[in-house]
Parts: sequence; C-alpha cells; structure tokens
Amino acid sequence: MENKQIDKPFAITLDVGSSLANKTGSWRTFRPVYLQRIPPCNNQCPAGENIQGWLFHAESGNYREAWKTLTADNPMPGVMGRVCYHTCESACNRGQLDSAVGINSVERFLGDEALKQNWQFDKPVKESGKKVLVVGAGPSGLSAAYHLRRMGHQVTIQEAGPVAGGMMRFGIPKYRLPREVLDGEIQRIVNLGVDLKLNSKVKDIQETMKAGGYDAVFLAVGAHIGKRTDIPACEGSRILDAAAVLRSMEGEDKPMLGRRVAIYGGGNTAMDVARTAKRLGAEEVVVIYRRTRDKMPAHDFEVEEALQEGVLMKWLSTIKGMESGVITVEKVALEEDGALSPTGEFETLEADSLILALGQDVELSLLENVPGMEIKNGVVHVNQHMMTGAPGIFAGGDMVPSDRTVTVAIGHGKKAARHIDAWLNGGEYVKPAKHEVATFDKLNTWYYTDAPKTVRPMLDIIRRQSTFEEVQGGLDENNALFEARRCLSCGNCFECDNCYGVCPDNAVIKLGPGKKFEFNYDYCKGCGICVEECPCGAIKMVPEQI
Amino acid sequence: MLKQTEGSHAVAEAVALCRPEVICAYPISPQTHIVEGLGELVKSGELQNCEYTNVESEFAAMSVAIGSSAAGARTYTATASQGLLFMAEAVYNASGLGLPIVMTVANRAIGAPINIWNDHTDTMSQRDCGWIQIFAETNQEAADLHIQAFKLAEELSLPVMVCMDGFILTHAYEQVDMPSQEQVDAFLPPYSPRQSLDPAAPVSIGAMVGPEAFSEVRYLAHAKQMQALDLIPKISAEFKEIFGRDSGGLVRSYLCDDAETIVVALGSVIGTIKDTVDEMRAEGHKIGVLGIHSFRPFPAEAIRKALSKAKHVVVLEKSIAIGVGGVVASNVRLALDGIDSRIYCVVAGLGGRNILRTSLHRVFRQAEAGELEALHFLDLDWDVVNRELERERTQRRSGPIAENILRDVSAVRSSSVG
Amino acid sequence: MSYEPIKFYQTGTFTIGNRLLAPEQRTGQADMGRTNSLNSGHRACQGCGEALGARYAIDAVMRATGNQMIACNATGCLEVFSTPYPETSWQIPWIHSLFGNAAAVATGVAAAMKVKGKKDVRVIAQGGDGGTTDIGFGCLSGMFERNDDVLYICYDNQAYMNTGVQRSSATPPAARTATTMPVGPEPGNAWGQGKNVPQIAMAHGIPYVATATVADLHDLEAKVKRAMEFRGARYIHIFVPCPLGWGAASHDTIRLARLAKETGLFPVYSAEYGEVVSVSKIRQKQPVEDYLRPQRRFAHLFGKNPNVEVIARFQEMADRNIRKFGLLDDNK
Ligand SMILES: Cc1cc2nc3c(=O)[nH]c(=O)nc-3n(C[C@H](O)[C@H](O)[C@H](O)COP(=O)(O)OP(=O)(O)OC[C@H]3O[C@@H](n4cnc5c(N)ncnc54)[C@H](O)[C@@H]3O)c2cc1C
Ligand SMILES: Cc1ncc(C[n+]2csc(CCOP(=O)(O)OP(=O)(O)O)c2C)c(N)n1
Ligand code: SF4
Ligand code: SF4
Ligand SMILES: [Mg+2]
Repeated sequence: MENKQIDKPFAITLDVGSSLANKTGSWRTFRPVYLQRIPPCNNQCPAGENIQGWLFHAESGNYREAWKTLTADNPMPGVMGRVCYHTCESACNRGQLDSAVGINSVERFLGDEALKQNWQFDKPVKESGKKVLVVGAGPSGLSAAYHLRRMGHQVTIQEAGPVAGGMMRFGIPKYRLPREVLDGEIQRIVNLGVDLKLNSKVKDIQETMKAGGYDAVFLAVGAHIGKRTDIPACEGSRILDAAAVLRSMEGEDKPMLGRRVAIYGGGNTAMDVARTAKRLGAEEVVVIYRRTRDKMPAHDFEVEEALQEGVLMKWLSTIKGMESGVITVEKVALEEDGALSPTGEFETLEADSLILALGQDVELSLLENVPGMEIKNGVVHVNQHMMTGAPGIFAGGDMVPSDRTVTVAIGHGKKAARHIDAWLNGGEYVKPAKHEVATFDKLNTWYYTDAPKTVRPMLDIIRRQSTFEEVQGGLDENNALFEARRCLSCGNCFECDNCYGVCPDNAVIKLGPGKKFEFNYDYCKGCGICVEECPCGAIKMVPEQI
Repeated sequence: MLKQTEGSHAVAEAVALCRPEVICAYPISPQTHIVEGLGELVKSGELQNCEYTNVESEFAAMSVAIGSSAAGARTYTATASQGLLFMAEAVYNASGLGLPIVMTVANRAIGAPINIWNDHTDTMSQRDCGWIQIFAETNQEAADLHIQAFKLAEELSLPVMVCMDGFILTHAYEQVDMPSQEQVDAFLPPYSPRQSLDPAAPVSIGAMVGPEAFSEVRYLAHAKQMQALDLIPKISAEFKEIFGRDSGGLVRSYLCDDAETIVVALGSVIGTIKDTVDEMRAEGHKIGVLGIHSFRPFPAEAIRKALSKAKHVVVLEKSIAIGVGGVVASNVRLALDGIDSRIYCVVAGLGGRNILRTSLHRVFRQAEAGELEALHFLDLDWDVVNRELERERTQRRSGPIAENILRDVSAVRSSSVG
Repeated sequence: MSYEPIKFYQTGTFTIGNRLLAPEQRTGQADMGRTNSLNSGHRACQGCGEALGARYAIDAVMRATGNQMIACNATGCLEVFSTPYPETSWQIPWIHSLFGNAAAVATGVAAAMKVKGKKDVRVIAQGGDGGTTDIGFGCLSGMFERNDDVLYICYDNQAYMNTGVQRSSATPPAARTATTMPVGPEPGNAWGQGKNVPQIAMAHGIPYVATATVADLHDLEAKVKRAMEFRGARYIHIFVPCPLGWGAASHDTIRLARLAKETGLFPVYSAEYGEVVSVSKIRQKQPVEDYLRPQRRFAHLFGKNPNVEVIARFQEMADRNIRKFGLLDDNK
C-alpha cells in the first residue's frame, strides 16, 4: 500500500476522500438549525399536554412511554379521552390535509391501556417536607394534588362529598364517562401517596390551614349551585336544577322526572340532562332554548347525539311560566344585530317536570374574611401565578374566571402546582420561553401518506336511548396505532432521515435512533434543502453572523 | 521461425505473442489487416484470455483502451490517418494519464483530399502528444518493435505508438523471423500496472489540475520521455540477447563513419535510401544513412553524435509541416545547433508518391555539391503547380486546388479510397 | 412503481428513512453506515442536484455490489467539483478521461474486469446531459449496441452547466441558456422535437432503462438495484435540478424535481429489453406553471404579459406524457 502511494502519478491521481480538507462551510451565509416548534395541538391543549410528544411514542407502539409522556402533564387520560372537547383537534394541522388526527381517541386508548395494564405513576424521588392542602377533589384539585405530590410535597385533599371526582362524577353522565375509568384514574393518584379525605368540607379556609399546618393551599371547589331564573310557577309545578338532577343520578334514588320532561338552557349540561331523562324512560324530552341551534353553547356533536336519541328542541323560545304541568313559552325573534326581541306569540306545552340548566355559581362561604381575597362576578380572582390575593392561597378550575371544562381545570391544577412549588421554595416559576408555533405553512406535507381519520364506533341507537352504557367506543390497538401514525409531528423531528438524506454535502450527522441529528457546519454550504424538505418544520435557516 | 507473410499479419502475430488482454478494433486502411488478423487469432482460440472489442470509432477505440489499461489490462489497438486524428483527444489523454497502451499506426496521408496511401503526416501530427513514437524500417522490425513496445510502455507507464508505413510494410509479403512464445515470455514480463482501478485500493484517476501544478505535471511527462532515451537502447540490447537481432534503438547508422553526406530518414524508405547509398558508394561517394527509430523521445544527442562530422545532412521525410517545411528536418536542425553542416530537407513520398532511386541519386548528388535548396519537394510537378498558382493569381475564385490539379494531370491515380 | 410503496405509517416510503419501517424498507441513504461515495468537501454549488443524485446513485451501486465497483466519469460539473487537485471527494475507484468517452472508457474497464476474471467488480459510467446526449452519444450508443456490461448514469440538469449554462440537446424548449437568450420573437431555446435518450436507449433493446429524479429516493435506489441485477448495458437517466443554471433557489432542488414528475413533464418509468415495465404515477397533479415559474430560465414566460401560448405548449407536452405513459391513476 505504502509503495503504491509513492507510485501514484503526481497531481493526476488522488487519494480517496481527500476533499475533507476543503471546509465548504465557509461558503455559508445562512445556517440551518434544528428547533422544536410548538405543534398547534400542544399549543391549543388547555391541559398543556405534549400531544405530539406522546403520539411520537404511540406511533412506534411504545404505549407505556406514550402514557408516561402524556401523564407528565395530565394524570387522567382515560377521562380526558372521553370528556375532553379536544380543541386540539380543531387546531391540528392534519385537518388542513384530510382530517385532524384523532388525538382524543388515541388518548383514550392510552388511558384504557394503562388501566388494563395497571400502570402506576412513579413515586417522587425526594420528599420536600412541605405540606399542601387541596380543597376539592374535582379534576382541578386532583391534578394539582398529583403534580404537587410528584414534586415531593405532602398533599392532603379535603373533599366535601362522599366520593372524589367533582363534576366528572356528579355532572357528566355515565354513558359518557364510565365510573370504573374515573375511579381507576383517581385511585392511581391516591396511590401516589395523596391523602384524600372525603366528607370533609372546608368551611373556613384560614382555620383549616392553621389547624393542619399547611404551607400552601390550592382551592378547587368548582361551581355547583344551579343558577335560577325568575319563572312564575304555581304549586305542583316540578322545577328542578340540572346540577342537582345529575348529582342525584349518582345516588341510590334516581330522580323522578315523569313522562314529559322540559329542559331550559342550551349548554352541554342541558344536553346531558336531556339525554339522561331519555334514558330514565321519559317519552318526550324537549329542550327549550332562546336562541338558534348554531348559537347553542353546547357542542354540536352533543346536540347531534341528543337529536339522534330523540330529544326534541325548541329554539327561539323563552319560558314565561309554568302552571300545573303546562309551560307557557313565548317565541322570540332574532334581530340582525343578534339581539332578541319578544314577539308576543305564545304557546304552551305539557311537562311533568322542568329542569333548569342555566349554569352554576360558586359556593364561596369558605373564603369569607380571608384578607386580600378578591371576588368578582361570583368567581375568585387569581393572578398569573394562579394565586389569589391571599399569599399562599391558590385557586383554579371552575371557581376562577375561565372556560369551565375538565381540561381547563386539569391545566389549572398543573399550572398552580408549579407556582405553588416555586412559592414554597421561595422563588417564582418561570415558564420556559415559548417556541414559535408550527403552523401549516412550515410543513412539507408532500411526505405524509394519504390516510383519513379512523372513526370511533358508536353504540347502537336503541341501547343509547334506554341504557347508560358508554355511547362512544374506543379504538382497538390497530386503529389507535394507525391514528397515532397519522400525526405529522408538527415542528418536532420524528427521525424521518430526510435532512440526513437530502443534503448534497453530507453535512448532516445522524446520531442514531432516538438521538436525532446534528449539522456538520464544516461542510454545510447553507443551501436550505434540509429545511425545505423537512416534513414537519423542525429546521430553520438563520443568517450567519459575518 | 522464418515465415513468408504479410507485414500486417506478422504484426498481428507478434502482438498476439505479447498476450494482450484487451484489443480494440476499428477499420481503416491500411491498418485493417492487423486487427483482422488479431480478431482471427482470438476467435480461433490461438490468442486466449483476450477481450477483442469491435468499437464504433477510433475515438472509442482509444477510450476503451484507456479504460482497460487503467483497469490493469495489457491493451492494444491500431489505427491510421483519419483514425488517428479522430482519436486525437483520447491519444493525448492516454499519455496524460500515463497508460501503457501500445498502438500501431499504419502511416497514411491525411485529407482533404482524402488519400489512403502512405506518408507520415498522421503520426507527425501527434508528435507532441506525449506518446513514445518508434518507427519500423522493415516488417521484421515492425514485428520486433511491438514486442519491445509493450516492455517499454509498461516500464515507463507511457503509451507507445509503433509507426509502420502503410501498404509499403503493412501489405508487403516478406520473410519474417517470428519469435517463439517462450522467447517473448522470457523477454516480456506480465503487466504490473503502476496504478490501477481497484475496489480494494481506490484512487481517483484523472483529476483536474490548475496552474499551481500543471507545469510540473508537464515537466514530469517530458522527464519521463527523457528516461526513455536510456531505456530504449537498453531494451533493444536485451532484445538482441534473446532474439539475436538488431531492432529498434534510438538511431541506427549505415556507412556513416566516413560519410561526408548523411541522409536522415524514418521508416521503410531507409531501405530504398540504403540501396541508393550502396550504389553511390560503389561510385566513390562518401555517403551514409542515419535511420531514426525513435522519433519521440527525439534522440537529439545520438543524432548530433552521428551527424557531427557530416558536411551535408539530407533529411528525407514523408511529411510536411505546412507553412514551415519539414517536421523531422526542424528537429534535426535543433539537434545540430552550432554544428557547421548544411542541412537540406527533402519532402518525399507524400500521399503514396513513389520515391524513385533515380530521384534520390539526383538530390543526394545535388546535396553533396551544395546545390540543393534548403527545402526540396522530390519530383514535384512544377508545371501543374505553377499553372494553378497562376490561375489563383488571376482569378479570385479558382475552385478547389485538388480538383484543378487532377484536371490538369488528367489522371486519377486510384479510385479506391479507404 | 419500481418498488412496493408503503402507504401508511406517517410518511410511508415517501421520506428517506422513517423509524416506523423496518430498516430494509428504508432507503440506503437513511443508513448511518452509508458509503458517502461522494464525500463532503466537494465544490458543487449550494443545493446542487447533481451532487445529490450522484451520491444517491453511486451509494446504491456500492450497496448492490458490496462495494465492488469502478466508476468512469465524463467531464462536467460532477467531475470538476469532485476532483480538483489536490483533493478528491470520491471514495471509490474512479477515473475521468474525457467529455465524450465515459461509456467507452467503461467498456474498457469492463473488458479488463472480464479478462481478469473479476466478474464481481461492476462498472459504472456517468456524465451530465451534455456528455451523454450530445458529445458522448456515439460512445454511449456503441456501448449499448454491444451490450457491454456497464451501467451508464446520466445526470440530466438540462444544459452544459460546467461551461456556464449553454444549451444541450436535453435543454427544454423556451429555456434561457447562455446560448439561447430570451430575446427576439422566439425567446429561449427552440421548440424542437427534443432528444429523448431514455427512449433511444430502449430502442437498443438493452436489458434495462430507467428514469428517476432526486425527489424519489426509494424509486431511484430500487432502479439502481434492479439495474445491477442485469448483465449487459443499462441506462438510468436521473433528473437533477441545477440551481445555478436554472436560476432557482438552492433549497428548491428537490421540490423542482418533484414538480417535474408531478406535472408530467418528466415521466418516471423503467423498461426492460425495450418494454416499459413500471411507471411512477403522478400523486398530486400540478399545472406546469408551478414548475416553470420558480425558475429564472423561464422568467420571460411570466411577468407582466405571461406567454400563455408557450405555457400551454408545455402543458400539452406534459399531457402527452401523461397519456403516453399512463401517468395518472385511472380513478384520478
Ligand atoms: C353536566 C355537566 C357536564 C359536563 N361535561 C363536561 C365535559 O364533557 N367535558 C368537560 O371538559 N367539562 C364538562 N363539564 C365541566 C366540568 O365538569 C367542570 O368544568 C370541571 O369539573 C370543573 O372542575 P373543578 O375541579 O374546578 O370543580 P369540580 O369538578 O366541580 O370539583 C369541585 C369539587 O370540590 C368539592 N367541594 C366544593 N366545595 C368544597 C368545600 N368547601 N370543601 C371541600 N370540597 C368542596 C366538590 O364536592 C367537588 O368535588 C361538565 C359540567 C357539567 C355540569
Ligand atoms: C471535447 C470537449 N468539448 C468541450 C468541452 C468543454 N466542456 C467541459 S464540461 C462541459 C459541459 C458539461 O455539460 P454536461 O455534460 O451537461 O454536464 P454538467 O456540467 O451540466 O453537469 C463542456 C462543454 C470539453 N471539456 N471537451
Ligand atoms: S398532526 Fe400531530 S402534531 Fe400536528 S397538530 Fe395534529 S396531532 Fe398535533
Ligand atoms: S452548476 Fe449546477 S450542476 Fe454544476 S455544480 Fe452548480 S448546481 Fe451543480
Ligand atoms: Mg448538464
């Protein structure tokens, strides 16, 4: 070999690979850099789930890892996968391609899989020695307790009711959220070492704190007091409150609603109560609402499902009074500016009971006399750290101003936990700088296969009208995997090797499975092909400092 | 073994004895019989382990040869005239890459006007291409030179052009002493390339070289040819040891020791000149012949030594560098720089014109007498030439010269063109 | 299709790798141990499609032959940017002789391998469109006709790039080059009948002919692999955009190659013994404008008064290809 080298004709014959001496990186005026953009789903998720992150693991069939990633933000995927209104899916970029990724159905699959496999959370590695009280075992309280416990704090939940779950149990009907799922996911949080005290309503927060020697408290008492409206009613008119009706569904004695049931209101609660009434055997269930269908606050799918189940709707109607099982209804007109005006046209309908589903108020008696506590419009004011005006007292969920959903409540729980943790450590939680959003235009969608969404099975209509069996089925493993693999991995490298392959200068170094890639700036000329051909927008060009 | 055979065939057999591994064939007169002969030997199985490739042009022939040689195979091809020019780009490339290809050029004129007959214009056009150019005087020497050429080429890693006069040698039936395979094998070791394309030891051959190293590359090419000046006589001597014949070498002189007039020439015409010289010697003329057998590298030292005592040097050559005069003569002049002798250039035998002994007698005597012009065209028909020149002077557009002359001499010498 | 595409799993076989596929279903370029036959440090322009295509193709040959291969290169960008003294980017035995003789040099190398009994060492010739469709065409056709055991790869960037973007017989009509300026009544290159070398190669009846682009690596690699399964003359014509010569953004190299295929302007197919055996269907049909517009060599067709007639002629060209090769799925 050595001989051969000497023998090579000068200049005309060259040793292989010698061009490595030529560092073409010096030609560059822009350099590519890997980045993680926030996928629109993550960006949208009120619970701050790293959706793309857990889908990434699910894609390769690693459900355990997927579940771990998911539950790092949200401890209740089984519940979430059923009751979350999944606004992530409306934000999902894939919606612009064919249809959004069925994030929610994969989440449910993971939740169910975890229950099936009895996966448990990792216990905290270190105890902080701090004591935190959580008031209320609804989603917000449970979420806060979970996160605080994982941070090593000693957590006690005081819950007024006989079972934990809050509105997830006393509001959301069984046919949407089977109780085994709820129980299983609550138990798993308790298993972490959270001290759950049932039937122990907090009456005066300051007192309870002092008595228990708590360093901080998270309030999550929800909103349970049904709103009423002024309906002239005579004796014998059965007027009920939706929250109470649904609550009583959990007790021994099911509510007696009669053959004909009228519901007043157009929200999700109205739909739940209407569908519950139907299942309890009511022959005629009518929802009365003052605006039109598209103005109903209830989600369209819930209205649709209610209609499918035979619930009747009366739009542009207000109730004027109820007398001996007869409801008087006035037609209203919708003006062009959106205002409603009475028409003076009346009609009547017969009803054995009228259920008011007009929203709920917060019961705030436990906060009386707390200095600094600020209450506006019946809800507790919190700053951006989820802390009330009283130092060390944090609050979240339905009792603070925001959307009232399980997801928001869970998100508040997580956020509050972080701030409480920081507060306990005498610091302030600094949110990591938010990356830019991986909007659709950042993607090169050519590379994604054409794969429409998998539809979840629905219970047949007869059973839906008469039983409390779960309406929407889950995905089987195959479907869940397929659905996960529809994810475009917006803004986050999923190791498709495109950058590694398309670089004309071999300036991308592949670090191995799971380790992603690195640029070799010695040779990268800055052509930008990698950026253009990255399917998910995980690379960008930045100007070179010259 | 003595054999009465056609020159082309003798060369084919000699080449076959060298065990070439790749042969590229493309027809052009007067070379065709050589590759035909080799084709036959390969087909019949007499020449084994040889890829005989019929290509689509001379350019391809040399290109295929470049490939096979670079890949470590002993490679041979043959051409002539237009063919040599058609492959010219690849000819330069082969030497630039240092590939020891051996190629026979059956010397032939270059058109237009197209002419299939012998002269040396074709190889002279490639004199600076970096190949070694050796010239055969006889068919015996043509056969022998091919055997030496492979050895020379492979030792230097340079291509060698063996030049032999078209028709005069290629098509002449003469007695040739054909060497045996054992002799050739004893003389010529198997080809061990200086570099080759090999997946086990990859290299990049044929880089682009800029001003920073190009002069050095060119100087090295020159230096290599200078090494050949030592190697050619050495190989010729080795050859003699095994085969018992004088063949090749840089130059060979005949009756030069006391010669006052020395005729310098290349190729088969040396035979005619020797006959003339013999006749003149019989008449008492002090005349001799110096045959140049290696034209590239040009053996300036050897020529200077051989000619240093001659008063008159006649360079008789079958080529003309239009616009200057003789190609060989210019080179000889350089070799004799500073020596006080008269140098005449006689251009003869262009396009197959017979070189008559009577004409040679005439010009040699004129040279002896110092009466020959510095540049003389042997047996030129001055009537025709002057008429044409006159016509051109009077008419602006006189038509193609060649046709006019043909009309003038009213004789088409040959209707067969190759 | 030259390979069985995988339709699901996020990106299926559209991307170079895809961790969800078994390693053998990914491309060779996804492999951490790929040969990088054309190494870093070469002097091709930013985003050069030819550099990319060459690494794709030669790496694939290396894979198919267990690194037993020799390449013969024609003069052109590929040669100039890869081997300026004192550095070469090649990691393979490689020779450059001349502009017009790569096919013949390869014939010679193949002959040498045969005579030396090195049957396992396979020979490649490669060159640009100029070196292939113009000056090297005689040698190429000779190599085909003799059915020499050589795979010839043409990197078609549609002009003589190395000498500064002059027209070749592969330059598309109307295109601006340094020798077909966009001036006069018929700006840009003339509307000839073109010189369809893949089809001419097929007419030689050689074992394998294929077209490919740098935008579909799975296809390209499958074709190289298939080509290496044959003995005899084979030809692969790879469409390689040239940012410099086309006046395109350096990051658009693959996009343009994809558009050339998706418009139908560059049909992607393969043929065995003169008969078409596979066609890459158009997946998302695009109008020719989308392909033409990003290239400055066609800028004179757009601007204030778009040359709708010429654009329509391009569309006809694309549609003709679509009909001729059946580039659209019947149900599309
Ligand atoms: C009928 C209905 C259907 C719904 N459907 C959906 C749905 O499908 N999807 C969705 O996202 N959201 C839905 N929601 C909204 C959602 O349930 C609530 O937004 C969410 O449960 C609020 O969580 P929280 O933890 O703030 O309060 P809650 O869930 O209300 O929990 C508060 C808990 O605090 C306890 N508590 C109250 N006061 C005290 C006290 N003083 N001391 C100790 N404990 C106390 C309560 O007993 C209760 O357990 C629905 C709501 C209703 C009413
Ligand atoms: C015989 C000959 N003629 C012309 C050239 C000049 N020349 C070198 S490369 C080249 C252009 C090559 O074009 P192409 O083959 O298309 O390859 P590209 O550079 O476009 O990749 C030309 C014209 C040459 N080197 N040799
Ligand atoms: S495609 Fe995936 S990452 Fe992108 S928005 Fe949808 S679920 Fe999120
Ligand atoms: S001119 Fe074109 S083909 Fe040549 S190196 Fe540049 S981009 Fe590549
Ligand atoms: Mg080109």
